[in-house]
Amino acid sequence: MSEQLNFEVPTMAEMIAKGEEPEILFWVGCAGSYDERAQKTTRDICKILHHVGIKYAVLGTEESCTGDPAKRAGNEFLFQMQAMTNIEVLNGYNIKKIVTGCPHCFNTIKNEYPGLGGSYDVIHHTQLIQDLINDGKLKAEGGESFKGKKITYHDPCYLGRGNDVYEAPRKALEVLDAQLVEMKRCKSNGLCCGAGGAQMFKEPEKGNKDINIERIEEALDTQPQVIAASCPFCMTMLSDGVKMKDQDKNVQVLDIAEITARANGL
Amino acid sequence: MVLQILFIAITLAAIALFSFNLKKVIRNIRIGKAADRTDQPQKRFMTMVKVALGQTKMFFRPIPAFLHLIVYAGFIIINIEVLEIMIDGIFGTHRIFGGLGPIYNFLIGSFEILALGVWLGCAVFLIRRNVIKLKRFSGVEMTSWPRSDANYILITEILLMTAFLIMNAADAKLQAMGASHYTLAGSFPVSQHLANLLPNSEGALMAIERGCWWFHIIGILAFLNYLPYSKHFHILFAFPNTYFSNLEPKGEFTNMQSVTNEVKAMLDPSFSPPEAEPGKFGAKDVNDLSWVNLMNAYTCTECGRCTSVCPANITGKLLSPRKIMMDTRDRLEEVGKNIDKTGNGFDDGKSLIDSYISREEIWACTSCNACTDACPINIDPLAIITELRRYAVMEESQAPASINAMLGNIENNGAPWKYSPADRLNWAKES
Repeated sequence: MSEQLNFEVPTMAEMIAKGEEPEILFWVGCAGSYDERAQKTTRDICKILHHVGIKYAVLGTEESCTGDPAKRAGNEFLFQMQAMTNIEVLNGYNIKKIVTGCPHCFNTIKNEYPGLGGSYDVIHHTQLIQDLINDGKLKAEGGESFKGKKITYHDPCYLGRGNDVYEAPRKALEVLDAQLVEMKRCKSNGLCCGAGGAQMFKEPEKGNKDINIERIEEALDTQPQVIAASCPFCMTMLSDGVKMKDQDKNVQVLDIAEITARANGL
Repeated sequence: MVLQILFIAITLAAIALFSFNLKKVIRNIRIGKAADRTDQPQKRFMTMVKVALGQTKMFFRPIPAFLHLIVYAGFIIINIEVLEIMIDGIFGTHRIFGGLGPIYNFLIGSFEILALGVWLGCAVFLIRRNVIKLKRFSGVEMTSWPRSDANYILITEILLMTAFLIMNAADAKLQAMGASHYTLAGSFPVSQHLANLLPNSEGALMAIERGCWWFHIIGILAFLNYLPYSKHFHILFAFPNTYFSNLEPKGEFTNMQSVTNEVKAMLDPSFSPPEAEPGKFGAKDVNDLSWVNLMNAYTCTECGRCTSVCPANITGKLLSPRKIMMDTRDRLEEVGKNIDKTGNGFDDGKSLIDSYISREEIWACTSCNACTDACPINIDPLAIITELRRYAVMEESQAPASINAMLGNIENNGAPWKYSPADRLNWAKES
C-alpha cells in the first residue's frame, strides 16, 4: 500500500498521440490536484481504475477549474469563461464519459456545462465504484479488513441534495461488511460540512460555532472508527473538525475511494 | 328580502375587494423578470398534486403534518357548506340541500367531526406557538406582526368552527322544537353535546342560529380578504408555486444568457451576440429578480422549516432563509405601494440588498440546498441569495477579500488556490 503509484497515469494528450481513446476521462479537480490530502484520494481513484483495467486518462495540465466556486460566489463571467474553455478542450478530445473526484466538479460539468455546449455522461467516483461492485469487478478482498468497524457516512450537499446520489457511496461501504451507522441528519436531511457555496475559500461569518464543528459533533455521536467522505472539501472540514475535537487518534476520516482501495489492497 | 339583498351586497363587495387586491399582487409579481417555467407540463402538474395537494413534503415532521392535514382537509371540505350558505343567503332558503336526506346527514355529520378536528388542531398550533414556544417560530425576522398574523389566522379558524358548531346546535334544537322554517335535516354528532349550553326559548335560539350563520359567512369573506395581507396566502399560492417550481437538479444554478453572449463574443471575435436589452447582472432590488422568486415570496407561510435546517443559522450566523423570503415580500409590497402612489419610475432610494438583506447574510450561505429541500411548497431562497451575490460581485465588485483572492486565482492560474497550472499533475509523480 505504498503512496507512490507503481504505474503511469495516462494523459489525454499522450493517448491521442498513440492513436488511442479512453473509455472514461478522470476529471481530477483542483483540490484533487493540489491539496495534499485530496491527492491521496486522487491516487486511490487511479489505483481502482488501473486495478479493474478500465482504459482511462486525465487531462493533466490541460485541466482547469470547472468554475464552480466562481459561480457559487456570483461571478458568472468567470464561471462561463472557465466552462467554455474547458468545454473546448473536452470536445476537442471528443470526450463522452467523465468520472470526477469531486461532487462540485460533478455537479457543474453534469448540470451546468450542457447549456454551454458540453454534454457528457458524468458520474462521481462513488458511482463508478458502485457500478464496478455491481458488475462484480470490484470486491472488498485482499486488503485491509473493515469487517465490523463502525463507519458513518457524511453526504456532500452537491452529491446528495444537489443530485440525489445517496445510495452509491453507501453501496461501496456495504460490501465491507462494516457496521454502518447513520448520523441523525443524513441523506436529504444531511448537514453541510460548511465549505460549499465558496465558503471553502473564506472565513465564516460571525456566529457562535463553526459549521464543521456542529457536523463533527454529530458524527462523533455515532462513535465511529471511520468517518467516510466523498468530497475533498468535506474531507478538509471533517478532518479539521476531528482534530479540533482531539479525536484524530481514534477516528479516521477517509474518502470512499481510499476505503475501497484499502479494502482491495491497492 | 332585505337580508337577501344585504347578503348579496356583502358577498359581491367581498369578492370585488379580493379581486382588486389579488390583481395588485399579480401586478407586483409581474414586476419580476421573465423566467420560463412552462416545460414538462405533465411533470409540473404531478408535482403540484403531490406537493401542494398531497402535502408529501410535510410528512418529514409527522406531528405538525398530521395536524395541518386535518385543518387543511377540514377547511376545504367544510367550505362545501359555504355553497349551501350562499344559495340559502341569496334565495332566502334554509338548508337547501336538506332534501338529500341521508347523504346530507352524512355530509353535515362529517363536517362537524372535521370542524372539531380543525378546532383542536388550531388549538394545538396556538399552544405550540405561544405556550411551548417552539424554536422554529422565533428568530430575528419573527417580529410582532408575523407572530400576530399567525395567531390571528388560528384564532379566526377557531372562531369560524365554533360558530359553525353552535349554529348547528341551535338549528338542531329548533328542529326538535318544530320551529317553522327549520325543517328536519342534518345529523349533529358533535354539536348535539352543545345543546344543553343553549337557551330553550325559540326566539333566543333563532337569534343564536342566525347570528352564527351570519358570523360564519362574513367571517369567511373577511378571511378571504385578509389573505393578501397575510402569510396565509399560501393556501392559494401553494398550487401555482409548486406547479412552477424548479424541476432541475437542486445543485444546478442557472446559466445567465446575457453573460453567455458576452463570453462567446470575447472568446470568438466572429460571434455577434443577439440584440439584448441592457440590464444589470444579478439582483439589487426585487425588480431584478424573476417572477418565480417574487411568487415564492408571496407563497411563504413563514413556517421556518428552511431556517431550522440552515447550517449557517444553526451555528448562529445572521442568515435565515425565511428572512430572505419575508424581506423580499416586504420590499415588493413597498415597491408596489410606490407604484400605486407615483407610477413606475419612482426611486425611493432603497433596495432589497442593504435596505432589507445585508451582505453578511448573503455571504453566510453555503448553497447546501437544505432550505429548498425543507420547504413543503418548493420555495427557493437560494435562488434569491445567488442573484444578490451576482449583483454584489459582477456589478459592484464587492465580495469579501478572500473571495476576490479566490476569483483572482481562478482567473490567473485556473485554480482557486495559488498554484501553478504546470504543477497540476504532480500528484501522479511524487508522494
